[in-house]
Amino acid sequence: MNARIGADVGGTFTDIVIERADASLHSTKVLTTHDAPERGILDGISQVAAEAGVDLSEVKQVIHGTTLATNALIERRGARTALVTTAGFRDVIETRTESRFEQYDIDIVLPTPLIERKDRFTVTERLNARGETLVPFDEAEAQSVIATIAAGGYESVAVGFLHSYRNPVNEERFRTMLRAELADVAVSISSEVSPQMREYERFNTVCANAYVQPLMASYLVRLRDELAERGATAPLYLIHSGGGLMSVESAAAFPVRLVESGPAGGAIFAADLAHRYGRDRVLSYDMGGTTAKISLIEDFTPQTAKTFEVDRSARFKKGSGMPISIPVIDMIEIGAGGGSIASVDSLGQIRIGPRSAGSEPGPAAYDLGGTEATVTDANIVLGRLHPDTFGAPGIQLSPERADDAIHTAIAVPLAMDTHAGAIGIAEVVDENMANAARVHAVENGRDLAGYTLIAFGGGGPLHASRLLDKLGLDELIVPPDAGVGSAVGFLRAPFAYEAVRSFYTTTEEFDVDGANTVLDELAAEAMAFVREGTDAELVVERQVAMRYKGQGWEIPVRLSDAPFDGMAAELLAAEFTKAYQGFFGRAIDDLTIEAVSWSVRVASVTTPPVPVELQDGREPAPATRRDGRHVYDSVIDDWITATVVDRSELAELAVVSGPAIIVESQTTTIIGVHHVAAIQPDGSLRVTRRAS
Amino acid sequence: MSEVHNQVMWNRLISIVEEQALTLVRTAFSTSVREAGDLSAGVFDRDGRMVAQAVTGTPGHVNTMAAAVPHFINDIGPERIHPGDVYVTNDPWKGTGHLHDITVATPVFRGEELIGFFASTAHVVDVGGSGYGPDAREVYEEGLRIPILKWVERGELNQDLVTIVRQNVREADQVVGDIHGLAASNETGRRRLLAMLEEFDLSGLDYLSVFVFERTERATLDALTNVPNGVYRNDMQVDGYDATLTLAVTITVTDEGMHADFTGTSPTSAFGVNVPLTYAQAYFTYGMLVALAPELPNNFASLAPFTVSAPPGVILNAEHPDPVAVRHVIGHFVTDLCLGAIAQARPDRIPAEGAGALWNFQASARSASADDPKPPVELLMFNSGGTGARPRLDGLTATAFPSGVRTMSAEATEQVGPIIIWRKEIRPDSGGLGRQRGGLGQVIEVGPTDGYLFEFSAMFDRVENPARGRAGGEDGAAGAVYLDDGTPFASKGKQTVAADRRLIMELPGGGGFGDPAERDPDADANDRTQGYIT
Repeated sequence: MNARIGADVGGTFTDIVIERADASLHSTKVLTTHDAPERGILDGISQVAAEAGVDLSEVKQVIHGTTLATNALIERRGARTALVTTAGFRDVIETRTESRFEQYDIDIVLPTPLIERKDRFTVTERLNARGETLVPFDEAEAQSVIATIAAGGYESVAVGFLHSYRNPVNEERFRTMLRAELADVAVSISSEVSPQMREYERFNTVCANAYVQPLMASYLVRLRDELAERGATAPLYLIHSGGGLMSVESAAAFPVRLVESGPAGGAIFAADLAHRYGRDRVLSYDMGGTTAKISLIEDFTPQTAKTFEVDRSARFKKGSGMPISIPVIDMIEIGAGGGSIASVDSLGQIRIGPRSAGSEPGPAAYDLGGTEATVTDANIVLGRLHPDTFGAPGIQLSPERADDAIHTAIAVPLAMDTHAGAIGIAEVVDENMANAARVHAVENGRDLAGYTLIAFGGGGPLHASRLLDKLGLDELIVPPDAGVGSAVGFLRAPFAYEAVRSFYTTTEEFDVDGANTVLDELAAEAMAFVREGTDAELVVERQVAMRYKGQGWEIPVRLSDAPFDGMAAELLAAEFTKAYQGFFGRAIDDLTIEAVSWSVRVASVTTPPVPVELQDGREPAPATRRDGRHVYDSVIDDWITATVVDRSELAELAVVSGPAIIVESQTTTIIGVHHVAAIQPDGSLRVTRRAS
Repeated sequence: MSEVHNQVMWNRLISIVEEQALTLVRTAFSTSVREAGDLSAGVFDRDGRMVAQAVTGTPGHVNTMAAAVPHFINDIGPERIHPGDVYVTNDPWKGTGHLHDITVATPVFRGEELIGFFASTAHVVDVGGSGYGPDAREVYEEGLRIPILKWVERGELNQDLVTIVRQNVREADQVVGDIHGLAASNETGRRRLLAMLEEFDLSGLDYLSVFVFERTERATLDALTNVPNGVYRNDMQVDGYDATLTLAVTITVTDEGMHADFTGTSPTSAFGVNVPLTYAQAYFTYGMLVALAPELPNNFASLAPFTVSAPPGVILNAEHPDPVAVRHVIGHFVTDLCLGAIAQARPDRIPAEGAGALWNFQASARSASADDPKPPVELLMFNSGGTGARPRLDGLTATAFPSGVRTMSAEATEQVGPIIIWRKEIRPDSGGLGRQRGGLGQVIEVGPTDGYLFEFSAMFDRVENPARGRAGGEDGAAGAVYLDDGTPFASKGKQTVAADRRLIMELPGGGGFGDPAERDPDADANDRTQGYIT
């Protein structure tokens, strides 16, 4: 028997999924053990394996995603790290973009640099933008910096020199010298971690990598050893931020690539479902306890980006975090989770988040000491969540506490009743998520009309029906195992690696040889990573980011497999023009086009999933709870009695007409009064507008 | 409609103008728009009152653009406003204070009925004339002035106007491209607004604007009660172009609002550093909002209580045809000037003075040798000194205030032109000492490369007049400019940086707040450990 395991370690819960050879899934949620995350994983695995009747020796793959790297960055629990950089540029990571991310906050506090000024050292050396030497590397000075590092007790060193994305020679030289003297000190160089132009982003990325590297390397080795001890000798792979798998060795060397790997699994989960349903335009919507994550999936592939921010401090505002430039699944994350706290601002407006009550003390209704009103509390007051059907182990919901919290935080300041306060919280959080989805679509040059919404995570199915209305969409799919979607997604991910590098040329004087060389080198680099994990057939995707000369924002253009020749400039210009029209409706004639950054993604070919034959559904599902439930419906703006149905008892072809509440252990799905859910052969709920 | 519905619709309207602004950033050619966020975007009711505005990098547009739309309605004439129209202007006195800012307005019709406008402003790369800089003597020399005209009439592009623009600017493709971008961003807003009205079953903006204005007016007047009624004065010295200038303000606070009068301010300059009053009003209003009502969104009602006046002929009340191209250099100090007046009433809230104006590096790289002609390259970098210390927090190091612009990457700048940035680092000891320390300035060292030299139009302030500390805090360090061989370099005016020289700029720090003796010993020790203080 060939079983596979997905293990997703999140901030609150560790989700474990085992897929047996017969494709059946078994899953559990256990509390994350923050002091030693491997303990929670091992306990969870033992538990599910027993349930599924799987012996750990039968497991052929363990796939792991974790927030450990992200949390180490946010909580500043990494190694004692030094940054070595070009003379004259000691403060790049501190002066950032010289701007304020919040224009109207006079008491703004800017993010603290990951590595303090006293731990930043400089070496005299300088390349120009073409990678040519302007000032030679000063070996003697480098030697004295190494002596300082030795004396300072640093565990890890980040090296970032100007224009090293173009020529890594000086960074590599420094690394060689450092290793010769200090074999035990970890070292990361920016030309390897993130060879992209723009020193602020690249230096930050190499600092982040160096900072979490010792911690992650030792954790991964420990996890692998302990798995082996328990008999799971199968190879361990990591899911990375770009949604592919990588080996433990690669992950230990480039742990910054593990940041946000859990949410990446969620997007893979949605992409797989999109494929099965043949939906080429999908909005993936994952709502947890603290945040909601929204991403676009086109042609069954999640949209990707080359940079993102970790640890956004202020309302998830752009610029309030640390930029990390690595290939990632592009998602927008906002402070809209079940635990997000609701308040009233000076304008009398209801605000949600970004603070979250998390799991401790939790929403007021958890009765674990929390008193602030949260989104979960509103859902209880509105009848959408109920103590009898709330799945989380060990939590007895208290509707009275929810009521009190909303009364105090919202109803009293706004002189409205508690019900109206709860409606306000729900509407505002739904509107926030809808706005985030719209902005994200615009940033990607997309119009959401005609998209299918796929909802998962503990909170997604609760709010999806309303989101469908707000975004003007017609189809929602809530897959089975929605509550542990990310971990299921891990099992669907290909071996994949994307290598990115800056290289500047224009359509006017196109550097054919230079571009071919860069693409070849990137392909070789990505291939090497992927080959560490698989011998399977591979696909290679090549891409270049281009813009009109004078613009600052690039558009990705897909390249064919053929090397460039004399026609390259013309072809690229035509491709770019087409892509530009797609974004902005109108191309501009006769302008030079610049190519700025190149990437190659190599991925194993995965077997396409079995398509699902859509079913309309015929049999009205019997209500499993006789009395129904009094619930508020946003569309008719009134209270109504909803049918309550147990998802595990729904037969194939069953139909659930709104208003209805479909309950299961890890989430609850709301079907609005104007919606209908048809149960599909794979167990998904397909929600559409009810024929009137 | 319920309270909740109203709130949701308001949020939606703000997200529509954010989307409008984003479209502009993505399509812009102008460096100051795409890199620095020098743009604005907003939606207006049919009377030209602003209902919502995107939060962008430029307080200077806060109410200058808001004031522009009534000019459009008036100059086009209500009977000539048709569906499919797009209007344009760069009039400094009807738009945002200098010719380089182009404002585009688009009427929105629902069926046959005019229901409102979208407007947006962007700083373009060139408007012809003598080029961007303070050296023109009249606005006529500063470039093409486009009166309020139709760029598009009933869907038909005004080719005559396009041709006039093309023939009068240096970078025609980029400038016309940016005007198209402005129109496209308004169009995005228009489509989204119509979809929203459909969804909420509204016939126009009237219902929502009443809600927004009532709510905002109440909150604004509430916020103003944080400053007792009375008269508050302040004045401040800045370097000016050729002689030290005095900026003076008298702020009168009443139950109805705040009025700033700039009597006592120095007369206008012969150079293009003069500030149209509408621009001074923007930085006054921004200062008051940031200090007293940071949560308020900008709209007609939040801006209405802030009024200004100034006698004719003072530098904060430039009139046609005064040159105004670099009005921001003096205009940016208006925020600190007005905050200083209010500090008397709210010593717990108002920071010390900061570096204020940006230290923009704007140079033309030209071949250093007549025998080796090379194409000229325009270079632009935004750089910031330190901000003033706050009553409870240190100032911000190398961070723009009141401007909200971002700097550019050194690597990206070197990719574009023949420049080497040899050094860009925090300047130790430049923050004014105090219980809270002023933000530190930075040191920048740049030189030409590849056989070029720089022709340079310097425009650096706070070299003679450092940022003053507050409440016993010490002044920030003054700025300094010189060449690497020790040759002095004037902080203002046209000069050359030779092919083998480097220009060194030491940017000013912010003032300190409170008695330095009261500084937390740990904070002081940390300053020394990190090398902020040597």
